[in-house]
Amino acid sequence: MTPHLAVLVVVIPLASSLVIPLVGIFSRRVVQTLALLAHVVTLVLALGMLGRVLTEGSWSYHLGGWMPPWGIEYVVDPLSAGMAVLISGMALLTMVYAAGCLDKGNSRHPGLSEALFLLLTAGLLGIVMTGDMFNLYVFLEISSIAAYALLTSEEGPSLVATFRYLLVGTIAASLYLLGTGYLYALTGTLNMADLGVRLSEAGDSMAVVAGVSLVVIGLAVKAAVFPLHGWLPDTYTYAPVAVVGFIGAVMTKVSAYALFRILFFVLDAQAVSGAAVTWLGWLAVVAIVAGSWMALAQTDVRRMLAYSSVGQMGFILIGFSLGNVPAMVGGLFHILNHAVMKGCLFLVAGGVRWRTGATTVNAYAGMGRRLPLSMAAFLVAALSMIGLPPTAGFFSKWYLLVGAVEARAWVVIAAIIVSSALSAIYFFRVIEKAFFHAPDEFNPASERTELPSVMLGPVVILALVVLLLGILNEPIVTHFVMHALPPNV
Amino acid sequence: MSSVMDQLLDQRPLIAVMISLVAAITMPLFSRHPNWREGCTLLAATLKLFVVASMLSAVLAGETPSSASILLPQGLSLHLRADPLGLVFALTAATLWVMTSLYSIGYMRAKEAPRQTGYYVAFALCLSATTGLAFAGNLLTFFVFYEVLTLSTYPLVVHTRTAEARSAGRRYLVYTIGGGQLLLAAIVWTQVVAPGAEFVPGGFLAGRTSDVAMAVGFAAFMLGLGVKTALMPLHGWLPAAMAAPTPVSALLHAVAVVKAGAFGVVRVTGFVFGVDVLRAINADVVLAVAASVTIVVASIRALGERNLKRRLAYSTIGQLSYIVLGSALGTVAALTGAIFHIAAHAFMKITLFFCAGAIHVQVQRDNVDELDGLGKQMPVTLGAFMIGACGLAGIPLLAGFVGKWQIGVGAVEAGYPVFVVVLVVSGLFNIAYFFPIISDAFLKSSPVVGTDARPVITAPFVFSAGIAIMLGLFPDAGFHFYSLARLAASTIVMGPNGGGLP
Repeated sequence: MTPHLAVLVVVIPLASSLVIPLVGIFSRRVVQTLALLAHVVTLVLALGMLGRVLTEGSWSYHLGGWMPPWGIEYVVDPLSAGMAVLISGMALLTMVYAAGCLDKGNSRHPGLSEALFLLLTAGLLGIVMTGDMFNLYVFLEISSIAAYALLTSEEGPSLVATFRYLLVGTIAASLYLLGTGYLYALTGTLNMADLGVRLSEAGDSMAVVAGVSLVVIGLAVKAAVFPLHGWLPDTYTYAPVAVVGFIGAVMTKVSAYALFRILFFVLDAQAVSGAAVTWLGWLAVVAIVAGSWMALAQTDVRRMLAYSSVGQMGFILIGFSLGNVPAMVGGLFHILNHAVMKGCLFLVAGGVRWRTGATTVNAYAGMGRRLPLSMAAFLVAALSMIGLPPTAGFFSKWYLLVGAVEARAWVVIAAIIVSSALSAIYFFRVIEKAFFHAPDEFNPASERTELPSVMLGPVVILALVVLLLGILNEPIVTHFVMHALPPNV
Repeated sequence: MSSVMDQLLDQRPLIAVMISLVAAITMPLFSRHPNWREGCTLLAATLKLFVVASMLSAVLAGETPSSASILLPQGLSLHLRADPLGLVFALTAATLWVMTSLYSIGYMRAKEAPRQTGYYVAFALCLSATTGLAFAGNLLTFFVFYEVLTLSTYPLVVHTRTAEARSAGRRYLVYTIGGGQLLLAAIVWTQVVAPGAEFVPGGFLAGRTSDVAMAVGFAAFMLGLGVKTALMPLHGWLPAAMAAPTPVSALLHAVAVVKAGAFGVVRVTGFVFGVDVLRAINADVVLAVAASVTIVVASIRALGERNLKRRLAYSTIGQLSYIVLGSALGTVAALTGAIFHIAAHAFMKITLFFCAGAIHVQVQRDNVDELDGLGKQMPVTLGAFMIGACGLAGIPLLAGFVGKWQIGVGAVEAGYPVFVVVLVVSGLFNIAYFFPIISDAFLKSSPVVGTDARPVITAPFVFSAGIAIMLGLFPDAGFHFYSLARLAASTIVMGPNGGGLP
């Protein structure tokens, strides 16, 4: 049974997403229960997978019994299992949260948004589980299309923003496909492990350089690596409340994961991927500073969070690029930390907008009085984003800094310090408004309007996880992150 | 049974940190019952003082009560333990918390200030952080509490919610978080050079890296810590932060926050780099000159300030640099003086702030030229003020003289008698900016009618003025601050095993 976990974790949400719209014709209540059940089962499967991989080691699963390199192979190692837990956990929390704010909307197609949400989850899980270049493309498109549909579930500016995302995203996916095509033409294989072996025999021809570059650029767009992040701010800013928490927290991370997987596990022997890693490192340094700088200039809280994500992707990539153990630990740990804390921030920002209509920093005046628990969670996550101890964000920053000192990368240290100071400024602007300003002309109401418990629960859980990841990072790093590093580091 | 008891006794540094943390968590439950809430504060403050003071005899006997550490990857840990230097700071903070709690109750109730629960909670958190960084056993632990201190002070700075307070709060955060990040970089560098190192008297970096790297690392440490120490030109936040309520200025901006910086300077010079390394890279002279410039310039700026609290703030900036100067000179006498001054300055400066607050509450006067004749109206308040001011000016038989004398002796020992001149000039300036206040208050006639405040307000500063006299006459009375300072100084200079009381 347990080897099948690798495929079940993808199949369960995929199959549920097909069944749910049909069930939705008959009963709306059953749809929600069914979707919740599917998410819970997926999370349990992912946890089981992580448990097995940590006790018994990695394994690979061959779809339909076809042996690789001809058949599709799913690879379960600590890295992919950990990502699967992260994705399914965030999906469950945001699904619960969404149930709180979606109860009246979208009644024409009951079950549609639940189905799309499950489809998105299935796509992202597929990306992390698969060991096949083309299969990765398929899941990339599945997740993207589900995301486009979810993002347009509200009228208004999100339609334009999503159309732009669709165009950019499709181009990016096509670049990835083109690159994969080059590599397939050169080696005749799509299996990642096999591709790595054959390419290391083939050496660095111009065709390899072209193929790898296209794959990297395609995924870099999806991961919103500066300066390819243009689609991200509008998309996140105008995204519907119910989905931005999930999309903002994990989608770019999954693309960053794919980049990491391909550059360090598949193409690690190629000179061109070494060059790509160096380039990504420099872009990451610029991203860290530029993202924070642009976040500073925003008046809309959600847009501020979006630009902050651009900077934070830089933290993840710089960890990979520095390439020593502490830096990679920092980068991988930051994937987890940033997903949790940014998810928390987006859920609060969405909840505040849903409850009070407030979106700008000024309109947050007095929010600490109106939504005390949500804003307390916001505070915890914001402190973590700045990287203040003892939150999770401090420790990923610590590992990155240690890695940077070991690598003598003084520019990186300067960038991290500047970015932390800038993020302190833009987050404390919101915190000061929320907690130390009385409600003013922007925001005359001052009565307590805390989020309903269905929405508050996930927010508070994420804030607690931020604290726990900080205080208890030792077991997580030693027993999990250290095992997820590439074999040759 | 006795081993369980011993283990519990070893946890006292952690318990001391936890007491105020628990108080901070409990107090919101009593937000509608001011008496219970403030009882909670007083109880926690008393308990904490008891726990901290109970370690005194063990530490004087050369032991180091040490809590179990929380392990982190790569040989890192969060670790609390009480050494002589840490105990000086923790005892000072714990004693002053009791006094400030009493004073706060009188002051905040007299002003009918809003949001008092938040005020007491943030105050308790600050004390937790201060104790934590006093007992920190390594740089990472120190940094964690250093940043917690920054964050928990911020709500106190903006407590009044006025535009002025908010802008002061912003400035405070920019300075302290910026400095904190630089400090973090320096700590990370230390971690790479000496993985997993704990504080060692005499330093642990000697011979580990090149002189140039050592100089850059030390500069990063001093710039990072210099913000909270208000080393010029990094002092801009401190006068602005005087917008906070007076008890906050008293405990936090004259004692806890700025002392955290000065304490950090002593820790880093004495327990990370060590005197010999600093001499080898000439950092001792550079730091001493920076401190001297701060001492003199701050004194001149204090002369020009009309607002009493801001004048006190500049006086603080100067006095803190005595501590920096002492730790830069690095002889036993200079270090003893610097460490003793951590405690002595705290008692004198808190007296002055409490008096300024009492004047504010009783006659609503905030400027130095409006205090004419108040000495006759409020003899106890202005009397205590005079003791504190004379102490800071370094007049013999008061607490300030002891530290200053030792630092002066240290300057001669170290071969830089020029710094004695700095101390003398600074003393003259101190008299120049305090004497007119006192003489006008006692000799001119009064345009206002007022009386001394209620005992709950006057008792704390009468007590602290008493301590200022006591420490001047008998530096080792009470909590043995002088012995502790001497013990810490001799271990710094002679290494962990070379120290000991004479």
